[in-house]
Amino acid sequence: MRQINRNMAVFLSGLFVLTVAIPLMQGQVLPDYAVQLVGKYLCYALLAVSLDLVWGYAGILSLGHAAFFTLGAYVMGMHLMREIGARGVYANPELPDFMVFLNWDSLPWFWGASDSFAVTLLLVVAVPGALAFIFGWFAFRARVNGVYLSIITQAMTYALMLAFFRNEMGFGGNNGLTDFKDLLGIPLSSPGMRLGLFIASALALAAGLLIARAITQSHLGRVLVGVRDAESRTRFLGYRVEEYKLFVWTVSAMMAGVAGALYVPQVGIVNPGEFAPANSIEIVIWVALGGRGTLVGAALGAMVVALTKTLLTGWLPDAWLYALGALFILVTLYLPRGIVGALEGLKPARKPQEVAA
Amino acid sequence: MSILNIDNVSKSFDGFRAINDLNLAIAKGELRAIIGPNGAGKTTMMDLITGKIRPDQGTLFFDTTHDLTRLDEAGTARLGIGRKFQKPTVIESLTVGENIDLALAGPRGVWSALRGPDRATASRERARLLDLVRLADPGRLAGELSHGQKQWLEIAMLLAQEPRLLLVDEPAAGMTDAETMRTADLLRDLAGEHSIVVVEHDMDFVRALNCRVTVLHQGHVLAEGPLDHVSANPEVIDVYLGR
Ligand SMILES: Nc1ncnc2c1ncn2[C@@H]1O[C@H](COP(=O)(O)OP(=O)(O)OP(=O)(O)O)[C@@H](O)[C@H]1O
Ligand SMILES: [Mg+2]
Repeated sequence: MRQINRNMAVFLSGLFVLTVAIPLMQGQVLPDYAVQLVGKYLCYALLAVSLDLVWGYAGILSLGHAAFFTLGAYVMGMHLMREIGARGVYANPELPDFMVFLNWDSLPWFWGASDSFAVTLLLVVAVPGALAFIFGWFAFRARVNGVYLSIITQAMTYALMLAFFRNEMGFGGNNGLTDFKDLLGIPLSSPGMRLGLFIASALALAAGLLIARAITQSHLGRVLVGVRDAESRTRFLGYRVEEYKLFVWTVSAMMAGVAGALYVPQVGIVNPGEFAPANSIEIVIWVALGGRGTLVGAALGAMVVALTKTLLTGWLPDAWLYALGALFILVTLYLPRGIVGALEGLKPARKPQEVAA
Repeated sequence: MSILNIDNVSKSFDGFRAINDLNLAIAKGELRAIIGPNGAGKTTMMDLITGKIRPDQGTLFFDTTHDLTRLDEAGTARLGIGRKFQKPTVIESLTVGENIDLALAGPRGVWSALRGPDRATASRERARLLDLVRLADPGRLAGELSHGQKQWLEIAMLLAQEPRLLLVDEPAAGMTDAETMRTADLLRDLAGEHSIVVVEHDMDFVRALNCRVTVLHQGHVLAEGPLDHVSANPEVIDVYLGR
């Protein structure tokens, strides 16, 4: 446990240095797009932390976490669409372009509150949280576990992808939401906005890590480890396992939603492809690579993979997926506890937290 | 007054009657040993009492008013039924002390878990229990304990729950003779204040418990009484002791 605190302190210090250094370098050594790129990595890192919270500490291997991320992204995307106002191609002050194109004459009800930034912030956590709560309420009560649970999480994100591809859903069909102009009246392309989003992402990641740490270090965190390692024992101690899973699952989904909401203005688009099962599997790879059940490792894993991806897609665009696959296999074989585990392995502390998937 | 009443309970798995018209009553403060051949239904009976599985027929009542067939495992645990598994199960990646903390009596809800138990009480109780089961190092990982030590830790966790009824499934497995006798002493000490049902194959252990014995066979009570009485029963000798 002390290990976690130390790693966390080191990582947060590094993040702080990055957050201070980047604004100083922006526009000089560092091009604007690089700020945006790092901001994007931080969103991935937060997403990875959210997965590690459920997978590393409660044994819930979600293969559908991109769904929560993407829902958060869509909620923010809807707000950004509304901010375009009459500056769209069809210059309709009320309706986003794709709705005009579909000959809709008014906003669907669920777009109603999207013009309010405050409501958007609320929905960014509430929508993924609500889906997670409903999904988890049924799945955990029915005691769906292990591989079966993983499969239904994957089915969940796949179903959402299919639904969002449909134009009638009212989320822009396969084009998704894009052509955003500004946020809170400030152009998304301005250096100040880019920096602001980057700093917001860094703060969100730090907050996510601290919340996750607080949960996992509390008594509740011990109960979760009990659920992960000996679910039945934990039940017989009087803990209603499904309630604990539901809690951490919902918190995790909300965290993923925040990551998605910060991601969208930085990449400028969200489309149903984000729900693709492969995206969710990639998150699992980040966490495994960085070190499952270490929180900081998850964040690190996401950033390492994202950085490698950026570099490799520049050099070898076709080989990227193979490289990711090879990386994953190598890590599984030689670094079963991920990067953080390997670093700690230099001085053996507590025995590895062996876990059945 | 009984703490546990099992009446006319049957339970089948895919047509196989694991429990067949079982009747059993445990008095408050009683220590009861259950013996019987492998597959007699001893563990299944505990599954029924703790709400892990539901009977096909019959009734199970705790303290005469609580219908156990309507509760899940957590529900029966909260009522005051503690269970030690046949295969020792502790939470291996937590320390010995953390295992005890999880078991300590107290609220079990998510919100109270965020706050955690009262530290002072917890550490006092932890020290008392670890002393009782002679586990010296609360900082040790439970996964590193020997089989026998895991049994002890699980017994300590059972006591930490302050249950009114203890269901103890084969506690002596993997213990040395001396440890087995110490377990028997401990259970005898606990009886009176707690009601205890112990399943065990080790006859020396059962003898040391010096209590009423129930012989289970094919999910049904074959004989009941003092050990000398049931072990003289020709049917019991035939199905169990004689082998
Ligand atoms: N969930 C289950 N599904 C199918 N069969 C079961 C189940 N649980 C128990 N049984 C069967 O019920 C019978 C009774 O098993 P049980 O484990 O209760 O025996 P036991 O008396 O505890 O034996 P042992 O001394 O070996 O522990 C066995 O034949 C077992 O295979
Ligand atoms: Mg058994």
